[in-house]
Amino acid sequence: MDTIVALATAQGRAGVAIIRASGERAFELCEAIAGFAPAGRDFRWARFRDASGSVIDTGLVLTFEQGHSFTGERICEFQVHGSVAVVAAMLRACLAVEGVRAAEAGEFTRRAFLNGRMDLTEVEALADLIDAETDAQRRQALDVMDGSARAMVERWREDLLQSLAMMEAALDFADEELPDDLTVQVVTPLKAVQTSLQHQMAGRRASESVRGGFEVAIVGRVNAGKSTLLNALAGREAAITSSREGTTRDVIEVRMELDGLSVTLIDTAGLRQSDDEIEQTGIERGQARAARADLRVFLQSAPDEVPMNVTEGDIIILSKADLWGLEGLSVRNGQGVTELVDRITAELRERSRESSVFTRERHFDKLSRALEGIDTALTALERGLDWDLVAEDVKAAIRALDGIIGRVDVEDVLGRIFASFCIGK
Amino acid sequence: MSCNPAIGGIGKGHLVREIDALDGMMGCAGDYAAIQYRLLNRSRGPAVQGPRVQADRERYAAFVQRYVAAQQGLDVIEAEVVDIRVDSGEAKAIVLADGSEILARAIVLATGTFLRGEIHVGTERIAAGRRGAPAAERLGDRLREAADGIGRLKTGTPARLVASSIDWGVIGEQPGDEYPEFLSFQTSTVQARQVPCGVTETNARTHEIIAKNLHLSAMHVGNISGVGPRYCPSIEDKVVRFAEKSGHNVFLEPEGLSSELVYPNGISTSLPGDVQIEFLRSIKGLENVEVRHIGYAIEYDYLDPRGLRATLEHRHIAGLFLAGQINGTTGYEEAGAQGLLAGANAAARATGAEELVLSRFDSYIGVMIDDLIHRGVSEPYRMFTSRAEYRLSIRADNADQRLTPIGVDTNLVSEDRKQAFDEKMNRLQASSKKMSADFVDPDVALALNLLVSKTGKKRSWRDAAGQLVAEKRSCADLLPYLPGIDLSDLEQVGRDAFYEPYLERQLREAERLKRENAVMIPQEIDYTLIASLSNELKTKLSNHRPNTLGEAERIEGMTPAAMSAVLAHIRLQEKRHRVAR
Repeated sequence: MDTIVALATAQGRAGVAIIRASGERAFELCEAIAGFAPAGRDFRWARFRDASGSVIDTGLVLTFEQGHSFTGERICEFQVHGSVAVVAAMLRACLAVEGVRAAEAGEFTRRAFLNGRMDLTEVEALADLIDAETDAQRRQALDVMDGSARAMVERWREDLLQSLAMMEAALDFADEELPDDLTVQVVTPLKAVQTSLQHQMAGRRASESVRGGFEVAIVGRVNAGKSTLLNALAGREAAITSSREGTTRDVIEVRMELDGLSVTLIDTAGLRQSDDEIEQTGIERGQARAARADLRVFLQSAPDEVPMNVTEGDIIILSKADLWGLEGLSVRNGQGVTELVDRITAELRERSRESSVFTRERHFDKLSRALEGIDTALTALERGLDWDLVAEDVKAAIRALDGIIGRVDVEDVLGRIFASFCIGK
Repeated sequence: MSCNPAIGGIGKGHLVREIDALDGMMGCAGDYAAIQYRLLNRSRGPAVQGPRVQADRERYAAFVQRYVAAQQGLDVIEAEVVDIRVDSGEAKAIVLADGSEILARAIVLATGTFLRGEIHVGTERIAAGRRGAPAAERLGDRLREAADGIGRLKTGTPARLVASSIDWGVIGEQPGDEYPEFLSFQTSTVQARQVPCGVTETNARTHEIIAKNLHLSAMHVGNISGVGPRYCPSIEDKVVRFAEKSGHNVFLEPEGLSSELVYPNGISTSLPGDVQIEFLRSIKGLENVEVRHIGYAIEYDYLDPRGLRATLEHRHIAGLFLAGQINGTTGYEEAGAQGLLAGANAAARATGAEELVLSRFDSYIGVMIDDLIHRGVSEPYRMFTSRAEYRLSIRADNADQRLTPIGVDTNLVSEDRKQAFDEKMNRLQASSKKMSADFVDPDVALALNLLVSKTGKKRSWRDAAGQLVAEKRSCADLLPYLPGIDLSDLEQVGRDAFYEPYLERQLREAERLKRENAVMIPQEIDYTLIASLSNELKTKLSNHRPNTLGEAERIEGMTPAAMSAVLAHIRLQEKRHRVAR
């Protein structure tokens, strides 16, 4: 069976999140992410890395041998810090491993049933559990069904079906009168879907942020007033502020809402070389965290300070501007705070507009599979490959979309052919 | 052959090859009667190529009659069947029109278009099974009383023209293939004189005549309730639905070498006779055409095939097997394939032998039967390659490799065929082995315009053959380098090599389906107890009673969530049983 992976704990921020994989390749997956696989039912601390080798997070990894797990298959679990970004990065890294795909809703449980792994004490609870699970599935199906996401998938599927129907018409009705421009009718809808799918895939990061919240990191040199700004924005004393340099030693987060967007403000330890090991660790952690954030607000300690580690779209503003008598931010007398909030909001708004209408890892996994099928099909068409082969790629793309909104039937394809052409010589 | 004198085609040719692989006679009869061979889709991949022949009606009939007469222990009784005697859920005998009964341990009912058949021409309605043959009225009435799920389907046939009245000189000619692709694996030579077909087309004048008289067409008069096939519309339908087309092809197919009749393919109709003659004579080459028989639409009864098992035995009447149009299909090939399977299973029931059940993974026959018994029909069912999920692996060229061993196991295959098949397989395997082991010399590759691997890894002759198949080139160029291997084996190795990389994906999908198919649903399951199923699905599942989870999945409207719920319910019940014990 395919190896499947999913977040096993609840969506959203939490202290710890568990990512579970089940299937033949679960141990290979474990090796790919953690660098090794502990013996069955044992756990170890490990650094989790993505395919490029960069560390995503550290945490515990444990495995279960086939026949000794919840699903009855080989299982590996990663216990990571419960940040939305970490979880998303972990899932992406797992899905990049060959032979691993996102689990369908309820699929772990389904496999457990298939393998007869639910034990006797669970028997009475089982029916309830299933109901709860299908309820969740229904809710999940509903939010896809109602929204623009469903409309979009349906449109794609329509186009793919159209393309497939044109190919199938040529294959099954070779002795009938068919138009000469069939190739165009095959290629055009495929290209349309390809473009649209690529666009949605590109908006994935923003989409995840809309769903899980944007992360805005306040960065700058030590004692630049980062914590003071955080407290001003949060309206409470979330970070201890003092004029002593290096007061903030760990990463402090405050969740808030800006103009309807969920935002997590992150206060990081100020940048300086420190002999204090704890502070130094805090600085490193803060930097890594800031780099992963959606947006950085860099507080300049002086007008001529050159900001470090900022990317396009980040906000750079002079802190304690009242001391310099210049334009900028002064939390103490309220100068520029509202404007800064407006700038942050405007920037995040802009990004949320680019966001994909899709929200779930599972959806993006299907979409990337669909895109893969379409890419292969278009390349094959260019190379002049036989349509019976190309049709397989388009069918694979349709099947991937089916995984989001339900199955397509051969009758749909035939219906389209008969509606389009005069078949029957 | 009540309709056009042709056997095979895309999808249908696949079925003929499968019938042949199981030692049915359609392929051999078709080859004996063939007066024109055409391999459809020759320019496309081997998986969608379908052999087709234009058949001489008389030669076909003669072959079949001789074949039937030669069967040992077979009595042929010609009489009207008016009833089937059923005792406590078991078919016991057929009742003939004179009241006599023929006892049977198993009965195969193949009614064609005869079951309460009714011919329509304009407003005229004639009870008939086909032109000149009475309908099976009494049996039809009895079945309506006794069985559920009887529906009505419709099909049509064009007029038959007199060959000598056609001006062949002014119309196009469609010749057969230079190198014929035979229907049967056992055929090695052309057995009858080969002739071309003619091709002409309808025009604005034709369409005008039809449009003007549309109100007289039986389809439009409103006498017909049966559903006709979308892929075989009457010329009236074509004119209405595709009004933007200025002409439709008409293929003029000779009905035989010694027949004076021509079948005009593409213009089936139920317009009144005089209108038929008028529109026919508006077509180029048919200005003075003589019409021997006029075209007609025919309506007939069928039984919802969802009432059948995979052996084609009726679920509620043991020993009664149904095959052909009565199951909602159309076409000789579809009917022949069902006849073979129903016959084999009737014999198995009578003798206690093993049943013959085919699946979507191994054959088009399996696809057809699975479709019929799980999905039913909404129009006359015809085979298309797009119905087969695994069409890259179930091809016309490998039908014998797929099915002859099954035929041998179920005692369907004669000793001769078995021997020929074994020899072929030994030869093929030896050829394939040799071609995989030997590498193409780079100079030879260059000379034959073959790919050379850039990585320096040598390419085998098998790879080379695969490339030639991909590029639609003949494998004959390789023959001089491979002494002892004949062309047909060479090509077969090439086809297998060509599809090999694509089969893996299909195999994975097939494995998934097989696993789900393997989960049995207990027949006593009560779907109303599964809380999370919608009422619609509860009803569908309760009515259909799938045997396996795989069958359940193919029920229209099933969702992954519903599948999980059913599976969970099954597991739960199993556990309860175990605890109870």
